Amino acid sequence: MMADGSRPKSPEPARAPPDGPLAPAFPGGGTASLALSERVAARFFQLCAVLAALAAIAVAATLGSEAVLFFTEVSPVRFFSELAWTPLAEEPRFGVLPLIAATAQITAGAAVVAFPLGLLTAIYAEYYADPRVAGLLTVAVTVLAAVPTVVYGYVALNFVTPALRNIWPSIEAYNGISACLVVGVMILPTVALLSRGALKAVSPSLTDAGLALGASSARVLVRVVLPAASRGIAAALALALARAAGETMIVTLAAGNQARLTWSPLEGIRTLTAYIAQASMGDAASGTLEYRAFFAVAAVLFAITYAVNALGRWLAGGRR
Amino acid sequence: MSAPVTPPPPAAPPATPPRDGPHPRAPLLSLGDLSVRFGDRPALSGVSLDIPRGRVVAVIGPSGCGKTTLLRALNRMNELIPGARTSGSLLFDGQELYRRETDPAEVRRRIGMVFQEAALFPGSVFDNVAFGPRASGFGGDLHALAEEVLTAVGLWAELGEDLDVPAVSLAAGQRQQLCIARALAVRPQVLLLDEPTTALDPTATARIESLMHAQLPHLTIVIATNDLRLAARASSLTAYLDRGELVEYGPTETLFTNPAHPRTESYLTGRIP
Repeated sequence: MMADGSRPKSPEPARAPPDGPLAPAFPGGGTASLALSERVAARFFQLCAVLAALAAIAVAATLGSEAVLFFTEVSPVRFFSELAWTPLAEEPRFGVLPLIAATAQITAGAAVVAFPLGLLTAIYAEYYADPRVAGLLTVAVTVLAAVPTVVYGYVALNFVTPALRNIWPSIEAYNGISACLVVGVMILPTVALLSRGALKAVSPSLTDAGLALGASSARVLVRVVLPAASRGIAAALALALARAAGETMIVTLAAGNQARLTWSPLEGIRTLTAYIAQASMGDAASGTLEYRAFFAVAAVLFAITYAVNALGRWLAGGRR
Repeated sequence: MSAPVTPPPPAAPPATPPRDGPHPRAPLLSLGDLSVRFGDRPALSGVSLDIPRGRVVAVIGPSGCGKTTLLRALNRMNELIPGARTSGSLLFDGQELYRRETDPAEVRRRIGMVFQEAALFPGSVFDNVAFGPRASGFGGDLHALAEEVLTAVGLWAELGEDLDVPAVSLAAGQRQQLCIARALAVRPQVLLLDEPTTALDPTATARIESLMHAQLPHLTIVIATNDLRLAARASSLTAYLDRGELVEYGPTETLFTNPAHPRTESYLTGRIP
């Protein structure tokens, strides 16, 4: 960097003097000083990126090392084949299947609620509603997205379950179905807003081309628009699934924390996340088997949510 | 250039006298004082002209003059744009197309359209060609139909008869050929081509031009284009639009060599006021 003494004093002395043969058009606002600020910005962004990568590596390393220590004591075969999860029992058993089944139940149930509702909401807002109604709908869906999960959990426990008791009197206070319904509502905005984005991204010239061939708008929607938006819709669904699988507060409050292997949605269950939440609040001493068990469960949860996200990306990239 | 046969219909007043039933010499499409507004913005102001059957009619004019709006008015595509209002009359074979009870999908099956942007549907070449016939409940042999229309646009041999290739894998010129084949598969009586060659190189343009000619006289073609040489070569009648108004309409040769209106002349010579 060369100082240029002949240059009139810059009104912004903080800026760097020009550098190289091209003199700036305005003192203090030249290309060289811009280049410097750009270099500084680039460094700053690089630092942020490195921090993000370090955080990811740190999380993975902690999870991995504790989980590996766990598996030196409990064989992965037992971990994935035993049907009971009783880490605090006299003879502890570490069968993760009941937790995985519970997470699968909640995720699938939430998907049954959110996929059709979210996709149809997106289609209605994008193609059928008049702009004012579509605007109100967007506000409503955005409000849903802003509700804290603890509030959702409270609603599930104190309103949804009592309401369901009218249908199934034998329903337990903690049960899978109330959690399914409410987690479904929680991921509804993800499905609706992201699918609508995918529908918006379909070129209007494609819809015009379909209609110009004498097809009805419903046919154009089903045969042209939805296939063209399938990448984005698949990505929206995968993201929503990953959120449902990772949801903790609602399932802890509504589905309870009893690890059991059951098909009945009317009984209390314990998901991977609910176990981790409960175990983290407990007093398992660092270094004990119980303590390591929850890293093993966390590793399983991480693997599942990562796989679902990867599936979404594969679906999205696989088309075309 | 083929000599124009029909006498130049005057720009205004419109009007061939009404006849009883479709007559071979009667215009296929007859626009009477057709206007289109988008909200408060007029896009087409009182256009009256007759389009004879079996001819190519070119619509020329500067960008934004209403060429696309005029074409889209002919098969009721403008009503898909929020805030669009159309007034005046549009007779097709003597029948008013802008009646409330007329099904716009039926109008678009008779009067097909190809756009500047070759927007292909997801799926194969065959899926694209079959879309229109399937939508209108075509019960015949779709493969034979696909072969026929793809041969007509010159794609059949080019694709090596393989219709399962993804449509998006085609080159730009082939895409537009496929769009035309797709439109022909519905067997329209009129084909509207909205700047179909803007994105194409001269070879592809020449191909589109010759396939247009091959469709005559069974098809009536209205082509909006910025390519004056294409308009001069391919059409027998030309309409010059400016700022939504029909300035001049007549046999292409006359309009290009001896325009009646000074505004047409200044456009053709590149002096747009």
